[in-house]
Amino acid sequence: MNTNLNISNSEYDDLISKKAQKSPILKNICFAFLVGGLICVLGQFIYNQMENLGLDKETCSTITSISLIFLGAFLTSINLYSRIGRFAGAGSTIPITGFSNSIVAPAIEFKSEGYVLGIGANMFKVAGPVIVYGITSTVILGLVYYLIHYVF
Amino acid sequence: MDMLLNYGSAFLTGGIICVIGQILIDKTKLTPARILTLFVTLGVILTFLGIYEPIAEFGKCGATVPISGFGYSLFKGTVKAIEEKGFIGIFTGGVTATAGGIAAAVVFGFLASLFAKPTIK
Repeated sequence: MNTNLNISNSEYDDLISKKAQKSPILKNICFAFLVGGLICVLGQFIYNQMENLGLDKETCSTITSISLIFLGAFLTSINLYSRIGRFAGAGSTIPITGFSNSIVAPAIEFKSEGYVLGIGANMFKVAGPVIVYGITSTVILGLVYYLIHYVF
Repeated sequence: MDMLLNYGSAFLTGGIICVIGQILIDKTKLTPARILTLFVTLGVILTFLGIYEPIAEFGKCGATVPISGFGYSLFKGTVKAIEEKGFIGIFTGGVTATAGGIAAAVVFGFLASLFAKPTIK
């Protein structure tokens, strides 16, 4: 078994630390790419179906978002999304399904604290900051855009 | 063929955006919650700078499905509203464009938590 280990302790430590750090990161990246990409392909599929019905672009995008949000919420409620997330990492966090998961997961966790302060308050534990920073940055940059194009 | 190309670019673009997030999670101490917040803000800034639009044109849903696409919709809606209604559009445009997604997230999120049973981790 260990006939090939003709190396010093420090060399061995180097080898171990290299193997131990590199492989999970590479694996994580591959799974994130695969799962994230596939969720986007699913979105594209829904979008294309809506486009074939003759709907306008904005409606197609909205329906795609709503469908994926529903899917994310549903998969979280049957405890499947966290299993996907265990190996997919950011591949399941960053798509809009992950945003939906971030609403449902804490709400379920704090359900025992009641409907108002349990579910109601904890739904936005993660989604709240996303909306706060999203809308605030939009309004500030919207103002900048307005000033550039309509005032100066 | 055109359809197949659509899926390919969506897969590639969405995959790459998620890989950037994964590298940030692995290499920094950013939690998924901070990553989501960072990406939505980046989406807004990159759209403002005119960088996200070409990405969205190439990647289609690969650019709009990730949370950075939420920022893209927010700012794109703001620009549209400013062009149509002027100053007030700064405040109304973003949320109007993303109203469907926000309402769906609230309602489906609430209903899903209502019907799900808490599990011991």
